Amino acid sequence: MKKKINIYAVKKCSIAFLMHSFLIAVSAACIFPLLWMLGTALKTQQTVFSDSSLFPQYPHWENFYIAWTKGHFGIYFLNSVLYTVAVVIGIVIIASLAAYAFSRLQFPFKNFLFYMFLAAMMIPLPGSFVALFVALKNMHLTEGFILPRIGYIFAMINVGLSLSIFILKTFFDQMPKDLEDAARVDGCSKLGVWWHMALPIARPAIAVVVIYNALNVWNEYVLAMLVLQENSLMPLQRGLMIFRGAHMTQYPLLMAGITITIIPIIITYFIMQKYIIKGITAGAMKG
Amino acid sequence: MVFMRRCFLVLLASSLLFISACGKASDVTTTQKGLQKQIVLWHWLTDREEVLNELAARYNKLTGVKVSCRLYAPSDAYSQKVMAAGQAKALPDVYGILGEKRIFAAFVNAGHIADLTSYMEYNDSEWGKSFFKKALEVNEFLAGNEYGVKPGIYGVPIDVMNIQLLYNKKLFRQAGINPNIPLTTWEEFIAVLEQLKHSGIKGLVGGWGETWMIDCFAHNYAFNIMGEEKVVDTIKGKVLYNDPDWVAVFRLFDELARKQLLVSGIVTMGNKTAEQLFANEKCAFAFNGFWCVNVYEDMNPDLEYAAMLPPRVSDKYPMVIWGGAGSSFMVNDNSRSKEEAINFLKWLTQKAQQTFLSKQTRSLPSNKDSLEYISPILTQFADDMDVVSHPNILPVQENPKVLEALTKGIQAIIIGVKTPEEIANEVCTIKAKVMNE
Amino acid sequence: MVNYLFILPAVLIFSLFYIYPFTKVVHLSLSQWDGIAFKPAAFVGLAHFKNILSGNATQWWVSMAQAGYITFWALTLQNLLALLLALACDKAIKAGAVYRVIFFIPPILSEVVVGLVWWWIYDGNWGLLNQWLTNIGFGHFAHNWLSPSLEEGSRFLVRALPLTCVAIVHCWKGFGWAFIILLAGLQNIPRDLYEAAKVDGADPWQVFWKVTFPILIPVIVLVVILTILASMQSFVLILAMTNGGPYYYTEVPVTRILDSMKNGYFGFACAQSVIFGLILLGLSFSQLKISKQVHRT
Repeated sequence: MKKKINIYAVKKCSIAFLMHSFLIAVSAACIFPLLWMLGTALKTQQTVFSDSSLFPQYPHWENFYIAWTKGHFGIYFLNSVLYTVAVVIGIVIIASLAAYAFSRLQFPFKNFLFYMFLAAMMIPLPGSFVALFVALKNMHLTEGFILPRIGYIFAMINVGLSLSIFILKTFFDQMPKDLEDAARVDGCSKLGVWWHMALPIARPAIAVVVIYNALNVWNEYVLAMLVLQENSLMPLQRGLMIFRGAHMTQYPLLMAGITITIIPIIITYFIMQKYIIKGITAGAMKG
Repeated sequence: MVFMRRCFLVLLASSLLFISACGKASDVTTTQKGLQKQIVLWHWLTDREEVLNELAARYNKLTGVKVSCRLYAPSDAYSQKVMAAGQAKALPDVYGILGEKRIFAAFVNAGHIADLTSYMEYNDSEWGKSFFKKALEVNEFLAGNEYGVKPGIYGVPIDVMNIQLLYNKKLFRQAGINPNIPLTTWEEFIAVLEQLKHSGIKGLVGGWGETWMIDCFAHNYAFNIMGEEKVVDTIKGKVLYNDPDWVAVFRLFDELARKQLLVSGIVTMGNKTAEQLFANEKCAFAFNGFWCVNVYEDMNPDLEYAAMLPPRVSDKYPMVIWGGAGSSFMVNDNSRSKEEAINFLKWLTQKAQQTFLSKQTRSLPSNKDSLEYISPILTQFADDMDVVSHPNILPVQENPKVLEALTKGIQAIIIGVKTPEEIANEVCTIKAKVMNE
Repeated sequence: MVNYLFILPAVLIFSLFYIYPFTKVVHLSLSQWDGIAFKPAAFVGLAHFKNILSGNATQWWVSMAQAGYITFWALTLQNLLALLLALACDKAIKAGAVYRVIFFIPPILSEVVVGLVWWWIYDGNWGLLNQWLTNIGFGHFAHNWLSPSLEEGSRFLVRALPLTCVAIVHCWKGFGWAFIILLAGLQNIPRDLYEAAKVDGADPWQVFWKVTFPILIPVIVLVVILTILASMQSFVLILAMTNGGPYYYTEVPVTRILDSMKNGYFGFACAQSVIFGLILLGLSFSQLKISKQVHRT
């Protein structure tokens, strides 16, 4: 009796030990570049590549302040927040409506339309940005201060649309039908089912969609540069470009700038990943 | 709870939208403010943004014309912006075109660029003669060019550059080599590299992951070995790429690689990586353009280095280095402020402004008379502007597919998977295919 | 009829921002255009397609195979890793939130940082990997990772090593995505199923195959399709690390398309994109079909 328990305990301990060392090893590989980036941000241009230690002896914390001011981060930061929030909200609503329809509703050409969205993910369109820009210009959506923003936001919504619809549909498909039927019998409209049932259940999927699109919009640069003519409309990546000259790259300031731009994304991810693990909540999923 | 959060976010978004919509009216285009004359200039020169803005302010004070300088970086993004604007007929008054002559020609043919020949030739070529000859030639189309462009001058160079060999004096001394004796022949070059190798010092580095850099080095030696005329004949198709002279060019790379005189990893290195390696004294030679002066100054002000021409292989023909206009600006033919734009560029390339630009940004002026105030290391670059050539100056340009086969082929030679003869034949085949198109 | 209202906003935006450029691309793939002139130079019909399919496009199919190689690594190394990590983090272990954030750092990092750091790791002269190998006594394994020369080993090594190194970085950057999607899928599995299995005395292996896996299949299919799409279309890392070199050993379809565009063969680039897209389409649809069959059984 005693021997059996011991073996079992040892087995459990060693599995836990292996699992944790595995997790720690992978984590180290992930954190290392982040630490390098931070360390570089604290060095000077002369010591970036000559000082091989991860953290410099005399950290230059002022690099962050210089990066912020020299890169005019203030207005760009606000712009990026605006675009990201607008696009994410737009996509969550539009994509989930469409995904719900593809998953649960019936209408002619349903499959064809769904596959059309799917196909969009697969065919890279070279120079599509140029064609888009020309189209937006012909619609006069590139002049002024409000219209380019709208044009840009909708263009970015489109960029993430196919993938978001695909992810959401996969999760909606797993929703139990009988619950939905019960709700419909109770007199809930299709929109009501979408809002009250589908969305809460697919919370993990929505979190993934939010993270994906937030990251995309936050890091986007080319389309913004084409569509938004005025400097005051530009997103954060525009500020970073100051440090990447045609010939000279100011590494410490660039790394400081990148660190600053990463922080909001990490915060967003931290908030969203909680929704992923919350999973199913009270009552609805039993049975 | 989620609903409340979402409402809050929507409110936040709308208020941000409202606030930012009342954003400051920064640059207004020429179509709007009618009375005050305005020029919009697009550039990619991140390192010179402040200087250009300063010059724009000075010009404004002088003439009352407002010049808005807008930066789009890095260079790839800038090119995309210009291409897109060209398609949408939304180009600014002044802008530059990066890349091959073919692109330049296409823009001229599409009517995007103003012909400046008459302005350059006015008053006994007063403006035209103020430049280094080679700098202007990069912006010129000759009679009978392959693109069907009306012959003339279409761009204004605002600085010049060339690409040479740099060497580290301190590392030379460490290996027991006198850094002040000029290296003029290839044999001397190899001998010095071998001596450095014996002392444990790495040899030559360059951004040869970027194929144009390989192209530059190869063509320097092509000019030296067979002369400009034969090179042009090869492009025209009259001489084949497996001609012994071309194989000799490829063999140079083979020699450097087999004797391990190159910094390993050179074929996947970008130019910036190569720069920081040389700046941090990890190797003795670098193949780079004069912009490196700024990079080295920034990264290692104590670096002791000098410039030299690539050592010649043959005495029959001169050694030629790549150079010409560094950055050039063109005027939009459809601009409503064409005259103002041209006047601004005239002012920008005058001696006083060029001297200012050169001093502030450590670049080489395109105005011949502005050379007095440049630093010694830049003088070494400036002195060699006479032996300069550039693909865009030649009467014909090679097809990009052939160049790709040539430069990638040289990469294959360096890593040892192909012989010079094999690559010569491969380039021949591609050239034949292209000529038949 | 009212069902259409659900998809209306999506279809509207899609039509304007995708369908319109798409038709342009198809039109251009049938023409010769340099990207600058206002009208294509000539209409060439299916000439571009014929060229590509008959092997006349420089290194096109090689680049396709190389992208496939990267995809192979992504499907195996990356997704297995992600699955193991997701399973590990599924149990509410301590510091779970910390791990979840850490594993997502690679996808967040910009390519600039990733390119610089991994260059430093892989560099042949002063790189970290070689230093570390020398320190632990395996110095003879030190190589010029991204551009080995023939003197260092066989032709096979010279050919495969750069691409494998790039593939590994790609996996490293991508597993965070697979991880959270799989985690989301795992979290959707009702906990009482696990309880029931435990009561029945099943060991972890059986629990996985009988309970976890079957429910996870749609999510796994999702991850597989997304992995294939992302890996086949990857190019930013390659441009940052090797620029397609040495020779053509790390070229992938997208870098070939970008090269065609840069060289003024815009119509040809569009034809390449269309062919590429059709291949990816075929791959994804066959995936979906197979998964539907598996799900039914």
